[in-house]
Amino acid sequence: MTTYLPIADQPSELHDPHTFISKYVWSQDHKVIAIQYGSTAVFVGLIALVLSGLMRLQLGYPNTFAFIDPSNYLQFVTMHGMIMVIYLLTALFLGGFGNYLIPLQIGARDMVFPYLNMLSYWFYLLSVLILLASFFVHGGPTGAGWTLYPPQAILRGTPGADMGIILMLASLAVFIIAFTMGGLNYVTTVLQARTHGMTMMRMPLSVWGIFVATILGLFAFPALFVSAVMMTFDNLIGTSFFMPAVQSLGQNVAHTGGSPVLFQHLFWFFGHPEVYIVALPAFGLVSDVLSTHARKNIFGYRMMVWAIVAIGALSFVVWAHHMYVSGMNPYFGFFFAFTTLIIAVPTAIKVYNWVLTLWQGNIRMTVPMMFAMGFIFTFIHGGLTGIFLGNVTIDLPLSDTYFVVAHFHMVMGVSPIMVLFASIYHWFPKMSGKMFNVTLGKIHFWATFLGTYAIYLPMHYLGILGVPRRYYAIGTTSFIPDSAMALNANITQAALFVGVMQLVFIINIIWSLVKGKPAGHNPWEATSLEWQTPDTPPHHGNWGEKLPVVYRWAYEYAVPGAKDDFVPQNIPPEEVVMLPGAGKYVNRSEEH
Amino acid sequence: MSEQAIKTGGHLQSIVHDWSDQKQAFHVPWGKLMMWIFLISDTFIFSCFLVGYMSVRMTTTDPWPYPSEVFALNLFGHTVPLILIAIMTFILITSSGTMALAVRYAHFRDKKKIALLMYITALFGASFVGMQAFEWTKLIGEGVRPWGNPFGAPQFGSAFFMITGFHGLHVSVGVLYLSIVATKVLNGVYDKKNNYDIIEITGLYWHFVDLVWVFIFAFFYLW
Repeated sequence: MTTYLPIADQPSELHDPHTFISKYVWSQDHKVIAIQYGSTAVFVGLIALVLSGLMRLQLGYPNTFAFIDPSNYLQFVTMHGMIMVIYLLTALFLGGFGNYLIPLQIGARDMVFPYLNMLSYWFYLLSVLILLASFFVHGGPTGAGWTLYPPQAILRGTPGADMGIILMLASLAVFIIAFTMGGLNYVTTVLQARTHGMTMMRMPLSVWGIFVATILGLFAFPALFVSAVMMTFDNLIGTSFFMPAVQSLGQNVAHTGGSPVLFQHLFWFFGHPEVYIVALPAFGLVSDVLSTHARKNIFGYRMMVWAIVAIGALSFVVWAHHMYVSGMNPYFGFFFAFTTLIIAVPTAIKVYNWVLTLWQGNIRMTVPMMFAMGFIFTFIHGGLTGIFLGNVTIDLPLSDTYFVVAHFHMVMGVSPIMVLFASIYHWFPKMSGKMFNVTLGKIHFWATFLGTYAIYLPMHYLGILGVPRRYYAIGTTSFIPDSAMALNANITQAALFVGVMQLVFIINIIWSLVKGKPAGHNPWEATSLEWQTPDTPPHHGNWGEKLPVVYRWAYEYAVPGAKDDFVPQNIPPEEVVMLPGAGKYVNRSEEH
Repeated sequence: MSEQAIKTGGHLQSIVHDWSDQKQAFHVPWGKLMMWIFLISDTFIFSCFLVGYMSVRMTTTDPWPYPSEVFALNLFGHTVPLILIAIMTFILITSSGTMALAVRYAHFRDKKKIALLMYITALFGASFVGMQAFEWTKLIGEGVRPWGNPFGAPQFGSAFFMITGFHGLHVSVGVLYLSIVATKVLNGVYDKKNNYDIIEITGLYWHFVDLVWVFIFAFFYLW
């Protein structure tokens, strides 16, 4: 038999790359790859932000902007949705924060397979380039809606039916390959490369969230991959997987007998876990930010872990709640409504635990903390409207209205983005070694937080009025009052304001990279391992000569009798400095 | 299991402790675990293909062709149903046997035998792909296309070319993978670290491709 050592016991073999190219371009260092992933994702995210601004211009001021015709509008909607969900949120949480935090928080030197990890980024970049190329081809990008439902996605008459849809499907397939290469690394690293003393139940919740989300991705993306392949065949070589016999532009198309609903099932078998691929890392990251800045251990750590696992498992049996209006057997609706509402239980456990973490904490109102608390607000709002939409009878009248737009933007648009900002501000000092400008950060927070409410709260109301989503212009109808149009204009103003205010964030990051004050190695006085590295920013290999040894969980804040109000994970119990007369240090986390 | 787990008792708890212990969850080299996870993910791809095929087979309005008639060969004046598929299946399963032997010799570090058995496995794989190509040619000659065929539902051809094509791609990649690893074995690449895990990892992939074929055989050809 082959004998082998656990990775934590193997001698270090990393050697520092020296040339600029091998250090920053073809880098195999997880931290550089993370930053490459992160900056690419933010770049495409900005494009998607501009697209949403253009959509809002049309909705708020119809018949004003000649350059937005109905086709353009649909293309903006589609590209905005796809970029935000896949190329920004998934890539930034998993490729960005997953790459950066997993090895650092579990005490590893790098991912287990750095070369594959590097390939993952370059495939991701390729998928982004293919996607962006669709803006420049004949007919422009696809305007099929981000769900790409057939038959209309590939029929003549839909914008981008020439090349746009093909590039979109190709880009998705390449993205999935990229994700798989990265995802295999994240899961295997968490399972096999933890350091001495780092049990699974001592891992920070960030790692748990990213870990479970990656498993979801590895099981859910195949469904999208398969549907992309089948739709490409339908489009390019005339198969009829998803295409029934239909008339298009007055002519019979050369398809027969396919099943459009099959695509919806495949798409949402991916699509619903995708919501949690984005949400679970956000849950994890925000738990760490809240606990650190509230100077208090996360409330109910074990329950938090099990809630992440339970949400992940349940997310695979709820997909058809996106299809209540697609024509399903009513008993299916009953089943999927039931499972959907069950998910509210572990999710509510998490929300209660975040609030209880804050309770009687010594809250430091830092910029990351403000974003994290903002997340609790937006997430509760988005979650509550989700309970409306999870019920079949309420979903039917609401499903094609702005209520749905408001719901999913609150729950999986704004909420994860609040966490992204919290996390970027929280870990920026570690990634760059510099501190950001706090005033600009607070301006950014209030503008974003209040601004998003100004955008999405009125949308709920529009939805209840029955204003349909996806429409280029509403025109004059009997059931939509003029005040709704005024509201639409207000929403647009708020959206443009929030969009422009994101420049404050970009300026803050760039300014701080150049001129920021040195942050020190642990500015937030946090306990988890990434703040205990010998160098800031950490060097290749992260830990110098010896791997850290972990003695406790990552939430040892406000320890009774200890001199500091936090005890890092890697300080041996006998080295914890106690106040005079306080007695011996007791490790509170060691029920495990 | 940690002693604490035994003390606190409870089987469920001790399972959790076992899995979540420090350093690693599974007592295997990481490469092997990574291949397992990849294969589970790949299982989802093939499952989606097969579920998609079953679904369109139900929704299509045209009658589904009889696989045993479409996939029959005329040998010496007799029409033998599924004979080529039977031979292909036999070859692929045999190749799993030679692969397993290669893994066995990897334990003994017998480089020549490992490489020989892996090359044989690759050869079996290549002959499988060759017969697949023959079958494709035959069906295309009879007028079967991805968008239609003379026997019935157009989805028959679509699903056939897509699923066997995707599986054939896996076999071809496997043949390449096996040949590269076998050549590296002969060159003594794995002696440097005395680490022959890669043979077993390659084997996992190969057995998986084999197992998938059994499902395709059952669901597409026999049903």
